[in-house]
Amino acid sequence: MASTPTSTPAPKTNRLGLQVIDYRGGKTTLCAGCGHNAISERVIDAMYEMGVQPERVLKLSGIGCSSKTPAYFIARAHSFNSLHGRMPSVATGAVLANRSMLSLGVSGDGDTASIGMGQFIHLMRRNLPIIYIIEDNGVYGLTKGQFSATADLGSKQKSGVINDLPAIDTCALAIQMGATFVARSFSGDKKQLLTMLKAAIAHRGTVMLDVISPCVTFNDHEGSTKSYKYVQEHEEAVAEVGFVPHFEDIAVDYDPGTTFDVRMHDGSHLRLRKLHEDYDPTNKINAVKNLMEAHEKGEVLTGIFYIDTQKPNFVDLLQMTETPLAQLPQETVRPPKRVLDEVMESLR
Amino acid sequence: MLFPGSVAECFSMATQAFDLAEQLQTPIFVLSDLDLGMNNWMSEPFPYPEKPLQRGKVLSAEDLERLGGFARYKDVDQDAIPYRTLPGTDHPGAAYFTRGSGHNEKAQYSERPDDYQNNMERLARKFETARSYVPRPEVVEDRGEKIGIIAYGSSDFAVRESRDQLKREYQVRADYLRIRAFPFSREVHEFVSKHERVYVVEQNRDAQMLSLLKLDLNASHTPKLHSVRHFNGLPIDARSVTDDIISQEGR
Repeated sequence: MASTPTSTPAPKTNRLGLQVIDYRGGKTTLCAGCGHNAISERVIDAMYEMGVQPERVLKLSGIGCSSKTPAYFIARAHSFNSLHGRMPSVATGAVLANRSMLSLGVSGDGDTASIGMGQFIHLMRRNLPIIYIIEDNGVYGLTKGQFSATADLGSKQKSGVINDLPAIDTCALAIQMGATFVARSFSGDKKQLLTMLKAAIAHRGTVMLDVISPCVTFNDHEGSTKSYKYVQEHEEAVAEVGFVPHFEDIAVDYDPGTTFDVRMHDGSHLRLRKLHEDYDPTNKINAVKNLMEAHEKGEVLTGIFYIDTQKPNFVDLLQMTETPLAQLPQETVRPPKRVLDEVMESLR
Repeated sequence: MLFPGSVAECFSMATQAFDLAEQLQTPIFVLSDLDLGMNNWMSEPFPYPEKPLQRGKVLSAEDLERLGGFARYKDVDQDAIPYRTLPGTDHPGAAYFTRGSGHNEKAQYSERPDDYQNNMERLARKFETARSYVPRPEVVEDRGEKIGIIAYGSSDFAVRESRDQLKREYQVRADYLRIRAFPFSREVHEFVSKHERVYVVEQNRDAQMLSLLKLDLNASHTPKLHSVRHFNGLPIDARSVTDDIISQEGR
């Protein structure tokens, strides 16, 4: 019997014909085992699996270990490493200038909840189309492990110091401020994080994704509430996250009694199967209540807490043109002389 | 930095600022002042901007295809202004990483001292290029007098009136140049070099414009500079300028 000729299988590609290598970036310079590296990997996988054109992605960040990570994924995307806590301003400008871009902002708990708090809350209330990831480890890693504003009350620093200030819950804050996709995940939960990121790509509004991402150097010890061990032992998912992208024609049965089906802006479907009795991702009050209760119990609540696909986003609200501003012809952006003359005449 | 001296100039310099920002790839500040911004002014009608918008050195996907790529911070044209691309340019070679930390000509992260130094030196050269791009000063009068006055912003009106007072009351004639931008262009240097004494009038306690001039001028010219400052919370007036100059002239 003649043997079948064998050949090297063609590399796996996505719907654009791109390989996962087309979504990679530079080699990471963060510590081995850092949660942030796992998040970068999931971003690469999500963009690849969703078939996002790398050139249509805009990477933005502030300052900190987290904000270095855009250098480690999607090298074919423009990236802007802005000032500390000021990424929301740069992101707002960039998105308004070209609404066709998919913008991905990476921040940290210090960059967001301390120096950038003023910018953060205003970004949330604008519902700007952006995926805003907080790589949250509860400490300032670049400056040797001081507590950040998301460190839990009673958490122990590596030096033994106990945190005596309450934590800011960025998810509760984002829900209150008006973000339309608010979730928390854990860098060690590969499946949940990847699914959330894919759903985030399908959303056209502010996605606020707080990812607990342990700092192996300064906050992974006994007594820390942001260590791998603590989060693994105390993680409580409010719902199981499933995602069916619009380009995959898969009919998956679900029980409407236990599962919320959310149709995303691009036609994809998000399926949220309840794990908590009173889980309702369309109810803000419930979502915040669950978060507050989890704090009381010392649980790390994860999942998509709140989603609203109907609220107008900032670019729609401002009626921004589809054409990138830089490509608008002069006759569109500069009113004719007659208009200036009329204004001048009215001031006589 | 642009220094409008009237509300009409605030209008025209706003347009210029955008052009310069794109040409020089740097933020441009239009330094208006409270007097111009908060009070009502008489003005000639604002001129309509006739020149086309300046977008600076931007490469398209077609340009990248033709060139085979680009290096974000490479000084191709010897004017220290490199080429850039805009986000959304559909070419695999279009993207670059904007960061404050050390980088090489290709916008790649670098801790090499020579890369850092090259970038810093290019930025210094770009500042030299900027001298010829920014608005020229207004040489209001230069009749070869011994005394010159330099001012900027809304001090202009007080200085114009003060020059009349100096001439009428003290028979002191003074030439006058109004600075409209920083970095200074050639005309500012020439004006100082032609005069024996130059009074720099400003509404600034620390005489910051005088300090900038001292840093920029040939050291042999800096002793010519004298400061006339006004900072009592009210707009500068002609009499204050006249009295200060006359006092410093020993009259």
